[in-house]
Amino acid sequence: MFAGGVHPPGHKESTAGSPVQWAPVPARLVVPLSQHLGAPCAPLVNKGDRVERGQVIGFVDAVVSAPVHSPVTGTVIELGTTLVASGLRVGAVIIEPDETQDLASFVQVEESDDPRARVRAAGVVGMGGATFPTTVKLTPPKGMRIETVILNGCECEPFLTCDHRLMLEEPERVIAGAGKIRELIDAKRVVIALEDNKPDAAAALRAAATEGIEVIELPTRYPQGAEKQLIYALLKKEVPHGKLPAAVGVLVHNVATAAAIADALESGKPLTERIVTVTGAVARPGNYRVLLGTLVSDLIEYAGGLDDEVERVISGGPMTGMALGTLDVPITKGSSGIVALARGMAAPAISDDQPCIRCGRCSEACPMNLEPYILATYAGKRMWDGAAEKNIIDCIECGSCSYVCPTKRPLLQLIRVGKTAAISKGAK
Amino acid sequence: MAGDVTNPTRIVGPSPHISSKTTCGGIMLWVVAALAPAALWAVANMGLVAVQLFAVTIGVALGTELAINAIAHKPNTLLDGSALVTGLLLAMSLPPRTPWWMAAVGAFIAIWLGKLLFGGLGHNLFNPALVGRAFVTLSWGGVLAGVQNRGWFATLPDISAGGLDTISGATRLGVAAADRVASGGYGFDLAAQYQPLLMKNLEGSLGEVSAGLLILGGLVLIIKGIIDWRIPVGYIGTMALVSWAFGSDPVFHILAGGVILGAFFMATDYVSSPMSKKGRLIYGIGCGLFNALGRFVGPMPESTTFAILFMNGLAPLIDRLTRTRVFGVVKTDE
Repeated sequence: MFAGGVHPPGHKESTAGSPVQWAPVPARLVVPLSQHLGAPCAPLVNKGDRVERGQVIGFVDAVVSAPVHSPVTGTVIELGTTLVASGLRVGAVIIEPDETQDLASFVQVEESDDPRARVRAAGVVGMGGATFPTTVKLTPPKGMRIETVILNGCECEPFLTCDHRLMLEEPERVIAGAGKIRELIDAKRVVIALEDNKPDAAAALRAAATEGIEVIELPTRYPQGAEKQLIYALLKKEVPHGKLPAAVGVLVHNVATAAAIADALESGKPLTERIVTVTGAVARPGNYRVLLGTLVSDLIEYAGGLDDEVERVISGGPMTGMALGTLDVPITKGSSGIVALARGMAAPAISDDQPCIRCGRCSEACPMNLEPYILATYAGKRMWDGAAEKNIIDCIECGSCSYVCPTKRPLLQLIRVGKTAAISKGAK
Repeated sequence: MAGDVTNPTRIVGPSPHISSKTTCGGIMLWVVAALAPAALWAVANMGLVAVQLFAVTIGVALGTELAINAIAHKPNTLLDGSALVTGLLLAMSLPPRTPWWMAAVGAFIAIWLGKLLFGGLGHNLFNPALVGRAFVTLSWGGVLAGVQNRGWFATLPDISAGGLDTISGATRLGVAAADRVASGGYGFDLAAQYQPLLMKNLEGSLGEVSAGLLILGGLVLIIKGIIDWRIPVGYIGTMALVSWAFGSDPVFHILAGGVILGAFFMATDYVSSPMSKKGRLIYGIGCGLFNALGRFVGPMPESTTFAILFMNGLAPLIDRLTRTRVFGVVKTDE
């Protein structure tokens, strides 16, 4: 078990029992050309072009990148830009879908003997939220031997149940993905890990599991799904400071990513939709299979609209997600959930009046064994070197410190500022 | 499009977007609630003098905080609850018949010198209530000793007419210490004191009326996760061990004097105690050690205040020396 962590109320009950259903095809899709970490794609289509579902519409020849496909058959009505959840404005292809859509068919990704090339061509990225291009992770650095593959189905963020429903309803896709990854990197061991608050999903996975794929349940504790903490909880191995999990012979993929890998390799299906949990203060919370490029506003409207008391709308989970200033941002490959927080449920707005009462809750909660109160104080006083000395750049930004602080100091936000400054000053 | 779902009152802020329900005021209220049974029992047994003492220390503590913040143009901080706790703890640490003006000075010193002068809550090196008590003890120790167990209204001793000694009725603890010094033994049966010390003891401070109810309150705070067990366990354990090593009765020495109040409610003050788990244990042990040494070696049977204040001063150093290893970092820089 990793050190620290917190137990925020789960709030999963309103959607954990909701089977995944297709969200309707919206009147207009805004498909960002950058839905991944790395080089943004350039559009391959022009205004007025006809596009088919699964057709590549954005591509760039860079190692760390992922192509973008049209989620529907329709017409490109504009090449423009859009805000995405992170607050960045990125290039986008705006598509008007045809009246009738056959969502079961799609343009297959091009055949290739190299499975990595197919995964890449399918535009698969980390779907847990990091959106790192999957092919890059499937290609371990020379000399690094991956012994263990971990599929992360912890879903430790409150409110979210998209991975839960995926594992429960389509365990065979996850298992197939696990098998494919094992073949690709010749790993000895494959573990699917999830928190023990999803026993039904664990049972479904076990029933579907093929030879040599382990399903392990871990205690429900945030941030169980954080990569380093998950590896430690399963294998008692610490990923060294500044290193990747490969340094301890481990590769971690989200379960939805594994399913997307299986889709790409088994049926040539590109990544054009994903499961999104829409929950919190909305009329009809649920899990929806959403075409990438569907606007959050359309999705929320389909879920019955926001309650009057909504104070924040989060893309992702409430611990690490991003608060949306506008709902006219598209669902992308990394959008795991849309969480509407009602007044009283959302954290109070930032104020810096509050003193640290030295209660030690933040240090106790920190899964990296940092001392958030010191780091935040240094950052607040712009003492970047002092913060770097106290390992500020090891912060994984899980938010546990801010969550537990009784005086509601913006600990993580201060640490983020300090971390960025320390890195820009050369801290390693 | 979909303009109707846009909510103009929406707040955009950094993650995390939720926070625990634990607040500073809530924590302080738990401390007050944990002290309440012992405080009310003290009132029940001591009557009006206890009410008067609580009213004076709490009133002056709150008033001082309000006034000084107002004068300094700082935000009102009464709602954080810490001044209330300070006032309450100060009263618990004083004999019920402490002259009201003395208690008032103690409360003023606790808040002003003990807390606000350092920069307010969170910045004070020492426990404010103990700063107030130390001030009163050092200034008017004889008077305090004199009013410990007198059943009438406290008045200032007339030094010219016989001096302090004539009205000094020492507590059981004081008698025990004096006996030990004088004869190497005790003039009364220590074990016979367990029950009164736990349930109903009318000597000493308000906090000494019932060690049992204080222990109960302390356990509630531990179970609620408000205080760390390491401090009281380290403190009381060490106190017992040293008492035993000096050939005395460990249970008597734990229950007598301010040890229970100190171990559960004073030494556990967040601001003036270490933040690391290991550090808290070391700190608790230090408190117990100095408290016991004060009793057995030094001249002060009532050494709780100074033992904790001394360890308060060491808390930052203890934190520095007990830093936990950062995950994934093989060697820390210190």
